[in-house]
Amino acid sequence: MTDAALSPKSRPAVLRWRMLPLAIFGLLAVAPFLTGGGADYALNLLERVMIFAIAVLGLDLIVGFGGLVSFGHAAFIGLGAYAAGILAFHGVGDMLLAMPAALALSALFAALTGLVCLRTRGVYFIMITLAFGQMAFFTASSLAPYGGDDGMTLRMRSTVAGFNLLANERAFYYVTFAAVLLVYLLCRMLVASRFGRVLRGSKENPTRMAALGFEVFRYQLVAYVVSGAIGGLAGFLLANATNFVSPAYMSWQRSGELIVMVMFGGIGTLDGAVLGAAAYILLSEYLSQWTEHWALIFGPLLVAVVLFARGGLIGAFKRLRRRRA
Amino acid sequence: MSLLLLIVQTLNGLQFGVLLFLIAAGLTLVFGVMDFINLAHGVQYMLGAYFAVMFYALTGSFVLALLLALLASLAFGLLLEFAIFRHLYERDHLEQVIATFGIILFLNEGVKVVWGASPLSLPVPEALGGSVVLMPGLLYPVWRIVIIVSGLAVALLLYVLVTWTRVGMLVRAGASNARMVSVLGVDIRRLFMIVFGFGTMLAGFAGIMIAPILSVQPGMGDTVLILAFVVIVIGGIGSIRGAFLAALLIGLVDTLGRSFAVDILRLFMAPSPARTVGPAIASMLIYLLMAVVLYVRPAGLFPAKGRG
Repeated sequence: MTDAALSPKSRPAVLRWRMLPLAIFGLLAVAPFLTGGGADYALNLLERVMIFAIAVLGLDLIVGFGGLVSFGHAAFIGLGAYAAGILAFHGVGDMLLAMPAALALSALFAALTGLVCLRTRGVYFIMITLAFGQMAFFTASSLAPYGGDDGMTLRMRSTVAGFNLLANERAFYYVTFAAVLLVYLLCRMLVASRFGRVLRGSKENPTRMAALGFEVFRYQLVAYVVSGAIGGLAGFLLANATNFVSPAYMSWQRSGELIVMVMFGGIGTLDGAVLGAAAYILLSEYLSQWTEHWALIFGPLLVAVVLFARGGLIGAFKRLRRRRA
Repeated sequence: MSLLLLIVQTLNGLQFGVLLFLIAAGLTLVFGVMDFINLAHGVQYMLGAYFAVMFYALTGSFVLALLLALLASLAFGLLLEFAIFRHLYERDHLEQVIATFGIILFLNEGVKVVWGASPLSLPVPEALGGSVVLMPGLLYPVWRIVIIVSGLAVALLLYVLVTWTRVGMLVRAGASNARMVSVLGVDIRRLFMIVFGFGTMLAGFAGIMIAPILSVQPGMGDTVLILAFVVIVIGGIGSIRGAFLAALLIGLVDTLGRSFAVDILRLFMAPSPARTVGPAIASMLIYLLMAVVLYVRPAGLFPAKGRG
């Protein structure tokens, strides 16, 4: 799907494809100035969009490009959030320590579980990632000193090298913005690299890749760990955005939502991952303000997207453009 | 940890396992034969319970409520199959997951709108209320025994159907290679519909039977759905026998784990950490079990032939 963006021959296509991310990130960059003063609500909402966009980018890396449908991805968000929360609880509330810790914890979890999960294929992979996600969920629920089922509230946002910088909503907004931009660029680089091509090849035909001499398992494991670490980053930011961590971050419904976001935007398109997260969060927010029974509209909408809008939002864009051309 | 408690909890585990089997049987067949992941299977169980409550309120008779709720479950399942699922069989698993996830969202909310958000209950039929003495000092509710017996009867019925009838043979053939069955001139769509209808009805039946014990509420199908998936994955997708054994295993492990984890941990831990760690480990046990089974046998315990 992103081949148009990657092949060097089709220049105009490349230019066209760069417009969309430029528009998305440009809009996100100026959004705080458009919302006017005192609009913390709008900033919060966009922060949530960006945080989930980070997680969805990470998930799309393995689902869209690696063909590995992880149904336990919320666990990584939760681990990152808990790393931030628990460190803050013990007085280590600095971003320079907490963020690497969050990344390391989720990367470690991904490495250990990946060793087991990647032995399985297809539906069995979906189910075994679910199993590990559930284990993380129940572990978090049993952490009585840190709130158990109810979760815990953080006293304040992480400091940055001792300065209470993130308390400013706009500052935190731009830190989140920088994070999503970096993750987007990283994923784009990874996908276009030799590593990414091996990963995509192993999605299409693992046997052939193995025959070509690639150790598919290793590539998949690395992708899984990177994806997990990205999830941890999202978790760290989420804990800061809400000043709250709870096992609910890791529930399987959350993992399901993440997959829905990937689908919404269009699988295997990184722009789509960002768009999907934005569409999902903004739409559910909008609908839930409009009616308490928003699921009555949202549910059928999902069915409609699958039945009539294959390829998600990006797919719809492409069709639209083709019709015009 | 007394012997009496152990027996009671074993029976409870058996009852839970039988219930899981009723749900997992349909799920594994639909998955095995049609290669269709139906997350909405859990809401069929919920709807069964709600239908039973509704028809009981209308008729005042449990038997009538049971029959009508079964029919309603079947009708609703076929309606879903006809309107939506049919268009999803050819799609990849991810799309099926998303679409059926959407149906879950819709129905959980729809149930809230129609019957209210607060839990409802269904009384145990009078003749089958109360408890019986199984052993001196061991009282056990009759209704739970009814659930165990009826679940085992369904399992037996399924065994006979799948092993001895023509439809059963086609179902087995479909589970191992659906395309080949179709090529041999069998109307695979009709087979799908029969399997699907039957599976839905079993899930509805589970919901009806459990309604007198649990509170009937929106979202009650979600947890059960995940457990049913654990069951069919451990048992091997498409295998009724695997689903049966795995369901009993999961039911027993989960129930016994929850009642005895704390006591067992206390043997080598201080009481207070045991009380906090115990429940967490108990909830994790079945997932741990699944991870181990998949690690050792990546396609489950009894994989239907012809699938990896």
